[in-house]
Amino acid sequence: MSQGVTKLIHKYLRHDKKFPHVWCPGCGNGIVLGALIRAIDRIGLEKDEIVLASGIGCSGRMPVYVDFNTLHTTHGRALTFATGIKLAKPSLTVIAIMGDGDATAIGGNHFIHAARRNLNLTAIIINNQIYGMTGGQSSPTTPYGSYATTAPYGLIEHAFSIAELAVTAGAPFVARGTVYHVETLEDLVKKAILKRGFAVVEVISNCHVQYGRRNNMGDPVTMMKWMRDHAIRVEKASSMSIDDMEGKFTIGVLADVEKPIYTEEYQKIREGAIKGRPTGGPGHG
Amino acid sequence: MNNGAVLTGEHFLNGDVACAEGALAAGCNFFAGYPITPATEVAERMSRRLPKTGGIYIQMEDEIASMAAILGASWGGAKAMTSTSGPGFSLMMENIGLGMMTETPCVLVNIMRAGPSTGLPTLVGQADVMQARWGSHGDYGVIAISPASVQEMFDLTIEAFNLSEQYRQPVFILSDEVVGHMYEKLVIPPAERIHRIERRKPEKRPDEYVPFMGEEDLVPPMACAGEGYRVHVTGLTHDEMGYPHMFHTTQERLVRRLVDKIRLNADKIIRLESDFMEDAKVVVIAYGCVSRSAREAVERARSKGLKVGMLRLITVWPFPTKKLRELAGRVETFIIPEINYGQVAYEVERCAGDRAEIVQVGIMGGTVHSPEDIYDVIEEFAQ
Repeated sequence: MSQGVTKLIHKYLRHDKKFPHVWCPGCGNGIVLGALIRAIDRIGLEKDEIVLASGIGCSGRMPVYVDFNTLHTTHGRALTFATGIKLAKPSLTVIAIMGDGDATAIGGNHFIHAARRNLNLTAIIINNQIYGMTGGQSSPTTPYGSYATTAPYGLIEHAFSIAELAVTAGAPFVARGTVYHVETLEDLVKKAILKRGFAVVEVISNCHVQYGRRNNMGDPVTMMKWMRDHAIRVEKASSMSIDDMEGKFTIGVLADVEKPIYTEEYQKIREGAIKGRPTGGPGHG
Repeated sequence: MNNGAVLTGEHFLNGDVACAEGALAAGCNFFAGYPITPATEVAERMSRRLPKTGGIYIQMEDEIASMAAILGASWGGAKAMTSTSGPGFSLMMENIGLGMMTETPCVLVNIMRAGPSTGLPTLVGQADVMQARWGSHGDYGVIAISPASVQEMFDLTIEAFNLSEQYRQPVFILSDEVVGHMYEKLVIPPAERIHRIERRKPEKRPDEYVPFMGEEDLVPPMACAGEGYRVHVTGLTHDEMGYPHMFHTTQERLVRRLVDKIRLNADKIIRLESDFMEDAKVVVIAYGCVSRSAREAVERARSKGLKVGMLRLITVWPFPTKKLRELAGRVETFIIPEINYGQVAYEVERCAGDRAEIVQVGIMGGTVHSPEDIYDVIEEFAQ
């Protein structure tokens, strides 16, 4: 292991307390964690300033491994806790880490409303297209026709595209990466954290154990090759035909616009309320 | 506190608004909620008042999110509250459990209406008493307070904040539509006369701090996010360091402490109002809006020489088991009027065993017992 990696591990991980981790060998979650830590290190944030909040599932276990302020909450709710903590202490950098089932099934409503509301939060969604921790049940991003323990005859539902959903719901920054394109991923996470506003990074990841094995991709290398062969950079995709894009997905920055941020808008309300309408009696308050 | 949070003076307000003012006086600086009858006025008042006092109001997408947001805010160092009624209370159960497991101080106001389900949205009920005690899965201790007047909506909301900060857990205001919507005189004292308790902070350095180690009263001091302690907070069974530990021995230590911190401190938490008890053969037990009719009925019975006492539960949970067991030895009959089919009555039965007769006077919701309803039952049993 290189000295640089060891230094990062010692600086950011609860390396002497909570390891070994719970993830399967070859799991993409570690790659996402690595990208997140390198992005944070490049930005130069203090550990005390960072909150990492998660929901439930394999992704939900990430916070316990990092030496930040960490919250491992209920299934699908990471963004709602993140909302509370960010509003209570806006100086903190608050990042929510979620899975595909976590963010778009049980937490789907919170996800679209967080995108609409536009707090200065970062949401990283690891999309491995399956419920991994519970053993391979179909999720809202499991592809049509795939097999899962709860879709033994093939899935007849259609998958969400998480990044596109976030754009439609109003998130001012949306990106998609994969655990194969590691440098790009690190860059996208860094951009998302630095973005002023609600920033989403969807990360296509591999669950070869629970998804791959049932769908002819039973090892991490096969799944990564699939990512390599199916991911098209946004810039290139814009010049490709719909037919050429069939079965492919884009990676890169899908949206980056400016929108008023909730906390700043609220501060204006506060100032107006204090100046314009002095505290009177109840009923006029 | 000179930020305008305490509206010292005499007012004429409804219970919901008094509750909001009590919260502000207690130092509440964060409110997340979702509209629901008959609790909406609490949220509306907070949305007007919090920006002026430097606090935060946010309307969330549902009650699940509201409960979660106040837990998050509490870990960000805020004194946080939400308000709801039955259907929202049901949705909040999930994150109430997380609040109990992670020992997060906050206040949840339930202005009870009649259920089940949508029930009677605009009319009174008291059928969430057992849900408040047992609603979220798993074992934990509960504090629930039941105000009976507009003044108490103010005073006891402050008390609820103090208890939540002291015992580090969500505390419930279990009010009802009648108390929430009725208008009465409210006296708000000067700010310096309002007693506020704040969560204990760790005195140890971060490398020596054990975040989930209870002190003498079984409550751990709380380090919030950004205070240099970098605590891990999880709904999983966790050891004293806060790290997940999937063993029955850790579960045993943790859950016993969560229950015991309320159970063993119950005498300090419980508040009762007890009248005419010295020679009482019959005792009426009531809480919330019904206690007002009950008091009228008991006073009328006393004036006619009937040996009847009145016990008002100000805290519904923890239940005054010790007091009830002691009374059951000398009281012949307990009369329990409540707007449900026997919830507190069930607890009284548990405490009294077969040593006293239990008379349940239930209304299924939508209206309050009249004093006559209760007086007639007293007369029947106290002759």
